Amino acid sequence: MSRFEYAPAPESRAIVDIKSSYGLFINGQFTDATDGKPFKTISPASEEVLAEVSEAGPADVDKAVRAARKAFEKVWGPMSGKDRAKYLFRIARLIQERSRELAVLESLDNGKPIRESRDVDIPLVAAHFFYYAGWADKLEYAGVGDDPQPWGVAGQVIPWNFPMLMLAWKIAPALAAGNTVVLKPAETTPLTALAFAEICQQADLPPGVVNIVTGAGRTGQALVEHPDVDKVAFTGSTEVGRAIAKSVAGTHKAVTLELGGKAANIVFEDAPIDQTIEGIVNGIFFNQGHVCCAGSRLLVQESVYDEVLARLKRRMGTLRVGDPLDKNTDIGAINSAAQLAKIRELSQIGEDEGAERWSPECELPANGYWFPPTVFTGVSQAHRIAREEIFGPVLSVLTFRTPQEAVEKANNTPFGLSAGIWTDKGSRILWMANQLRAGVVWANTFNRFDPTSPFGGYKESGYGREGGRHGLEAYLAH
Amino acid sequence: MTTLDSGVDSLADVTSSEDRLRRFLLGLPGVDQVGAEARAATLSTRSIKTTAKAYALDLAISMIDLTTLEGQDTPGKVRALCAKAKRPDPADPTAPQVAAVCVYPDLVATAKHELKGSGINVASVATAFPSGRSSLAIKVQDTQDAVAAGADEVDMVIDRGAFLSGRYGLVFDEITAIREAAGDAHLKVILETGELVTYDNVRRASWLAMLAGADFIKTSTGKVSPAATLPVTLVMLEAVRDYHEATGLHIGVKPAGGIRTAKDAIKYLVTVNETAGPDWLDPELFRFGASSLLNDLLMQRTKLATGHYPGPDYFTLD
Repeated sequence: MSRFEYAPAPESRAIVDIKSSYGLFINGQFTDATDGKPFKTISPASEEVLAEVSEAGPADVDKAVRAARKAFEKVWGPMSGKDRAKYLFRIARLIQERSRELAVLESLDNGKPIRESRDVDIPLVAAHFFYYAGWADKLEYAGVGDDPQPWGVAGQVIPWNFPMLMLAWKIAPALAAGNTVVLKPAETTPLTALAFAEICQQADLPPGVVNIVTGAGRTGQALVEHPDVDKVAFTGSTEVGRAIAKSVAGTHKAVTLELGGKAANIVFEDAPIDQTIEGIVNGIFFNQGHVCCAGSRLLVQESVYDEVLARLKRRMGTLRVGDPLDKNTDIGAINSAAQLAKIRELSQIGEDEGAERWSPECELPANGYWFPPTVFTGVSQAHRIAREEIFGPVLSVLTFRTPQEAVEKANNTPFGLSAGIWTDKGSRILWMANQLRAGVVWANTFNRFDPTSPFGGYKESGYGREGGRHGLEAYLAH
Repeated sequence: MTTLDSGVDSLADVTSSEDRLRRFLLGLPGVDQVGAEARAATLSTRSIKTTAKAYALDLAISMIDLTTLEGQDTPGKVRALCAKAKRPDPADPTAPQVAAVCVYPDLVATAKHELKGSGINVASVATAFPSGRSSLAIKVQDTQDAVAAGADEVDMVIDRGAFLSGRYGLVFDEITAIREAAGDAHLKVILETGELVTYDNVRRASWLAMLAGADFIKTSTGKVSPAATLPVTLVMLEAVRDYHEATGLHIGVKPAGGIRTAKDAIKYLVTVNETAGPDWLDPELFRFGASSLLNDLLMQRTKLATGHYPGPDYFTLD
């Protein structure tokens, strides 16, 4: 060997015990579905079938909501905040204890690299439960009135990009505030939610406080439309979010929606150049670009355009694409065949519209769903790839000349979830952050998360906030 | 500031006056501390196993400047070190030899004699090492002594006081003077990054040293804490990469001090590989300034070959 070639370093699967089939988790028990057809969940990296999962039909959803209602009225609602906190702390510790198992399971089912599930997702999941456990007995200090009350039963629908993390974002504040929940994980990534159901059992969480119903859109619709659900929380596509907003309009239900994004990542000529390149890479290629707040529109000041592009391409050449369970993998598999088709379609449209497409040379595995890290240059605001959320490892590069122009271009989108600013000038960061219509503005970093920090969107990126004190507020009537 | 498209001519231009040099160095892109440290931490998570590990261990051994820089050094100690440099593992002749032996100028002749015909270089710290606080005449003389005694490589220290007070021209002139005094010897310029403190300073000092004719830029003397760190080395590797883009020249990097384990050494190699690129994975362009690192590399090497960790007494102390 004349070059330093990293040998495969696969994380062992032995730690995970995947059952051949899973029921629904209702009232503290795994039960068979009564009116849905079972479906299979696969590993997107190999197309191997991992398990068969039940589909919850309307009757199952109804059963789950009833269980949640009963638990809310009899046990969880009346319980003191201090006691609720004990359960949440216990869950947080169990997540830490089982973190390796959860990371492997997440990478298997989702296709994301183990480096990310191990170092980012699961530690953040535990952190969210710890953080909201701390709030459970201090609700009157959350700044939402003297005696804030839980809504009741929360119906929660989460996406496939961060299955376990989105579960934590939804369940931890809901339980801390005294709500009970029925959660539907995405149909392509149900396994960590089902492992979480086991953790609830392990933590002796009272039956019915957390219910997990698996299934696809039909199940989610039954949950959201169930008349006995008091609060709806959804993270996912803008299209589905719009349908949910319509269906809950005029009802008593409270709702928060966290939808798509097309974030501008803005690079000024005085930016710390090497860290900026890392930030661009992290902004768009983290989690294969399956991130609603991904920095998918790179806005570069014209004076440094050539240099930024040259450095970005060189850096993209060092990204390692492949087996998600290999500890050295930077970019894993696309989550599903459908998502891969969508990424391919939009990339083709980008070429057809006249943008220039570039990817580093990289060998993709024969099986599974793969897409190389890709950058489009010569993109204009009018191109579809600059307007629509691709939700994949595809970056569109645009240029600007003045800070004012950067702000105008950044805000010229139907979305408003996040934005990034790269400059050494502190005053410019503050000025820009005030102008940008985005829920999160990162400065000299990107895709940084913390349980104490609220997250949510403007415009078509949804409404309501998750995380922090604001995330708690969404689960309290006041 | 564009480092990539400035050609050789324009770089020669920036050193034509102190004012221009100063403007150039202050115009280099900044380094964001949080981002640089986060990048180094990510590179540390690469998992190097089996064949890659075997390759990395041998490569690391071949990059070591086996060093003794103590007031209590004796010719006997240096002879022992040279014997170890030639044959690091008495039980296993397949273990590669190290790159160089690094000693004070008065011991260069001893080392040179011991290493004759081995292909191992003798490096010497000159220029009033480690503080560098003496006159230029003495630093030049120190360098000439080392070279006259046979040193193949000279490790010089920069005047950190002058650098921190912004007298970049003075630092530049000193390096060029030593460069000249060192003759054909390879010049390694020690920045003492622990005293420069900020990554912006590290980047500026790296460029300053390269512009003045350094063959290598080196983090530390080993006498100041913190010595070499991964983020500092990352910033220096970015500097040599950018300098190569601008001039076509390859400048080496040498982290020194505090690298004691094979695990740490491998993190450095990964950082070299993914920052400056595979060309720098060569003793000509990357060195470890270390003394205790070698035994841990040998121990890990034996573990790979036999499946067992030998005890520390199975390797020589020096």
